[in-house]
Amino acid sequence: MGRYVIRRLLQMIPVFFGATLLIFLMVNVMGDPIAGLCGERQCDPATATQLRKEFGLDKPLWQQYATYMGNVFTGDFGTAFNGQEVTELMASAFPVTVRLTIVAILFEIVIGITLGVVTGLRRGRPIDTGVLLLTLVVISVPTFVTGLLLQLLLGVEWGWISPSVSTEAPFDELIVPGLVLASVSLAYVTRLTRTSIAENRRADYVRTAIAKGLPRRRVITRHLLRNSLIPVVTFIGTDIGALMGGAIVTERIFNIHGVGYQLYQGILRQNTQTVVGFVTILVLVFLVANLLVDLLYAVLDPRIRYA
Amino acid sequence: MRGATHAKWAACAAAVALAATACGGDGDSGGGDGDGTGVLSSSWGDPQNPLEPANTNEVQGGKVLDMVFRGLKRYNAKTGAAEDMLAEKIETTDSQNFTVTVKTGWKFSNGEDVTAESFVNAWNYGASLKNNQKNAYFFGYIDGYDQVHPEDGSDQKAETLSGLKVTGDNTFTVKLNQKFSTFPDTLGYSAYSPLPKAFFDDHAAWLSKPIGNGPYVVDTYTKGSEMKLRKWDDYPGEDKAENGGVDLKVYTDNNTAYTDLIAGNLDLVDDVPASQLGNAKADLDGRYINTPAGIIQTLAFPFYDKAWDKPGMEKVRTGLSRAINRDQITDTIFQKTRTPASDWTSPVLGEDGGFKEGLCGDACEYDPDEAKKLIEEGGGLPGGQVKISYNADTGSHKEWVDAVCNSINNALGNDKACVGNPVGTFADFRNQITQLKMNGPFRAGWQMDYPLIQNFLQPLYYTNASSNDGKWSSPEFDKLVNEANAESDRAKAVSLFQQAEEVLRDDMGAIPLWYQNGSAGYASRLSDVALNPFSLPVYNEIKVS
Repeated sequence: MGRYVIRRLLQMIPVFFGATLLIFLMVNVMGDPIAGLCGERQCDPATATQLRKEFGLDKPLWQQYATYMGNVFTGDFGTAFNGQEVTELMASAFPVTVRLTIVAILFEIVIGITLGVVTGLRRGRPIDTGVLLLTLVVISVPTFVTGLLLQLLLGVEWGWISPSVSTEAPFDELIVPGLVLASVSLAYVTRLTRTSIAENRRADYVRTAIAKGLPRRRVITRHLLRNSLIPVVTFIGTDIGALMGGAIVTERIFNIHGVGYQLYQGILRQNTQTVVGFVTILVLVFLVANLLVDLLYAVLDPRIRYA
Repeated sequence: MRGATHAKWAACAAAVALAATACGGDGDSGGGDGDGTGVLSSSWGDPQNPLEPANTNEVQGGKVLDMVFRGLKRYNAKTGAAEDMLAEKIETTDSQNFTVTVKTGWKFSNGEDVTAESFVNAWNYGASLKNNQKNAYFFGYIDGYDQVHPEDGSDQKAETLSGLKVTGDNTFTVKLNQKFSTFPDTLGYSAYSPLPKAFFDDHAAWLSKPIGNGPYVVDTYTKGSEMKLRKWDDYPGEDKAENGGVDLKVYTDNNTAYTDLIAGNLDLVDDVPASQLGNAKADLDGRYINTPAGIIQTLAFPFYDKAWDKPGMEKVRTGLSRAINRDQITDTIFQKTRTPASDWTSPVLGEDGGFKEGLCGDACEYDPDEAKKLIEEGGGLPGGQVKISYNADTGSHKEWVDAVCNSINNALGNDKACVGNPVGTFADFRNQITQLKMNGPFRAGWQMDYPLIQNFLQPLYYTNASSNDGKWSSPEFDKLVNEANAESDRAKAVSLFQQAEEVLRDDMGAIPLWYQNGSAGYASRLSDVALNPFSLPVYNEIKVS
C-alpha cells in the first residue's frame, strides 16, 4: 500500500509539469498582455517596457517558465496586473469554490445515490421510469439554462433566495448554486447507481445474504450498496476536480467570486500568473482526488489490493 | 473495518468543512434606511489596475476616485463645464506659465491639510517613469516631462518635473512645454488629484484603503468583491453626500446585476445589459436613465497601408461612410442608446464647447447610390473587399459590425464587399493595432478624459498622437490644433478646433459612427439619480429613502 502510494505520487510529477507547461504556453500564445492595459490607446513605450520588465515578460519563454516554477516551489505565485498577489486571490477564491463544491458533492451523494438505490431496487416500476425521464431532462438541458431559470423563479418571481450570492458566500446561500452545479452530475450518479444496484441484486452473495435471513435493510446497505458503489465513487472523485474548475458558468450566473470568476478574469486580461497559478492548483486537486479514489476502491472491495 | 471506513469519511468531510469556514470571511451585512443616512448598493467591476489616481484609466476604478477625491477643478454633472473646486484661482498671461492658488481649509480624511505640495508631489509621482503610472502622459505637457519619463525607456534624469514649483503653502506654478490655453480645464481629470503624505509613507497600506479628500471615505475594501464607502461627516466641500454611503459590489456579469436590481437586492446598476435595454423601461417603471456620455465610436483606417493612403481613397472612405445606415442601426441594435454621429466630438461638450451637429454634412448622410458612385470614382475597394476588425471578447461589437457590413453590402449590391474580422481578445486587438498590422478599417472607440473639444481631436488625429491608431496625418490639421491651443480666447480656440475637424472630414480620416449614451437603472427607494458626462452616477447627490 505504502509503495503504491509513493509510486502514484512520483507519477504525478511529470503530469504536473506537463500540465503547467501546456497552460503556460497556451496563455502566452494569446500575445502581449500589456497592450490591453491602457484602454483604447497605445501604452506609452517607456511605461510598457517598464511593465514588461516588472512582470518578467521581456525574457525568453523558457526562462519565464523556469523562473515561474522556481517561484512556485517557494510559495510565490506572482502578482496579478492589479497589483494583488496571486496567493491572495487564491486565499479569497478557493474557500468559496471549495464550499460550493462541497454543497454540490453532498447533493450528488445524498440525492443521487438515494434515487439510484430506490430506482435500482424498483426497476421497471413507475418511480423508476419517472426518475429516469427526469434525469434525461436534466442531462439534456444546459447548466446555464437551469441556472438562469432557477435564479429567475426563486430569486425574482418568488423571492425565496437572493439572485446573487454575497461576498462572504456562506453555505446557506450556496444551496441553489450548488444544486445547479451538481445537477448534471447528480443525474449521472443516479443512473450509475441504479444500473450497478440492479446488476448486483442478482449476484450470488446477495442471494446468500437473503438466504441467511439477514434483514432487508442490512442486505442492501452492507452487501449490495457497498459493492455497487465502486463506479459511483470513481465518478464522484473525478467530478471534484471538474466541479471546481468547471464552475465558471454557475459562478457567473450567481455572481460567486470563486475560482471560476478569477480564471475568467485572468483569461480576459491575459494574466498568465493568475491563470497558471489557479490551473496548477486545480491540476493538483485532480491528481490527489484521483489517488484518493483509487485508495477508496480497496476500502470498498477487500479483494482489491495494492502492492 | 467498516466502522473505520465511516469514521474516515466523516473526519475528512469535517476537516474540509472546518477549513472552508475558517478561511471564509466574517459575515457582516451593511445597509441602513431612512433620513438621509441610508446606504445604497451599486454595481461595480474589479478595477484593472491598482487604485492610484495616475494609474486608473478605466471607468470602474474611476468610480471610486470620483467619490474619494476632489481635484482643482470639477466638471459640472449637467453641463460638463470645468468649475473651480479646490482651486482658488489659476492665472496665466501667456497660456504657458500658470500660477495656481489652492483654497485653504481643505483636508484629507486622515486630518492632513491639502496644500500646494499635496498636488505637486502627486503630479511628480504620476509622471515619474519608475512608478509605472499608466496615466503618466497626462503630465506630458508639463516642462521637464522628458527628463522624468524618457520616451526610450532609458534611466530617468530627474525625479521631479522642473516645470512645477511650490511658491507658498497654497500656491504653486506650472510651466508647460508648449502653449495650451485650456490646460486649467483639464485639471478636473482624476489623474490630477492631490495625494496625502500617507500615500508616500506607507504605500501598501494606502492601496488597501485609499485616503482622499472627497465626500466619501473608504470604510472597508475587500479586493475583487466589495468596497464600502461611507459619508465623511467633516467633508469641507459644498457637495456633501446626501446619503449615508455607497456599497460597491463587484459583478462578473452585468446581467446578474440587473437581475439583482429587479429582485430588490441591489439599488443601482450603471451598465444596463444590451439584451435588457428593450425591457428596462417597463421592468423599472420609469426608473431608467439614458443620457449622452462623452463617448464616440468610429471606424479608423490603416493609413500606414499604401492601399488605403493613395490619392482618391478619401472618396472611397467617404463612400463607405455614406453607405452606413446609422439611424437604422442605432434604433434596432442599440435601442436608441446610441445617437447617429454627425461630427467627431460629443453632444456633452455643448455648442459652446465645440460640439457642432451636422459638421460632417453630406459625408455622414446615408445615401447608397451616392456611396456606390463615390467608391467607384475613388478606384473601388482595395482588394475588392473591406474587413472590419473588432475585439470579440467584450462589448458585443459583433452585432453592429455585422450590421454595418450589411448596410455597406446592400449599398454596393455585393454580398462580399464587407465582412467582419473578429479578434479574440482586447489585448490581442490592441497588439495588432500598435504593431500596425491592420489591413482594413477597425473599430475605434474614444471615451473623453475631460470635456474639451481638444480631447476629442488632438490625442486621436494629431500626427503620431498617443491614440492615433490609424496614423492619419495632416500638416494642416496639426497647424490648426497648435493655433487653437495657443489661442487664449475660448470661442476662437473652439472655432479653430472646428476648422481642424473640417480638415479631418474632407479627408475622412475616420468614419464617425455614433455617440454613446450612459444608461442606468435604479430602485424605487432612490431619488435624484443622474449620470455625469463620464457616464458615472453622481453618487453624492443620490437620496435614499
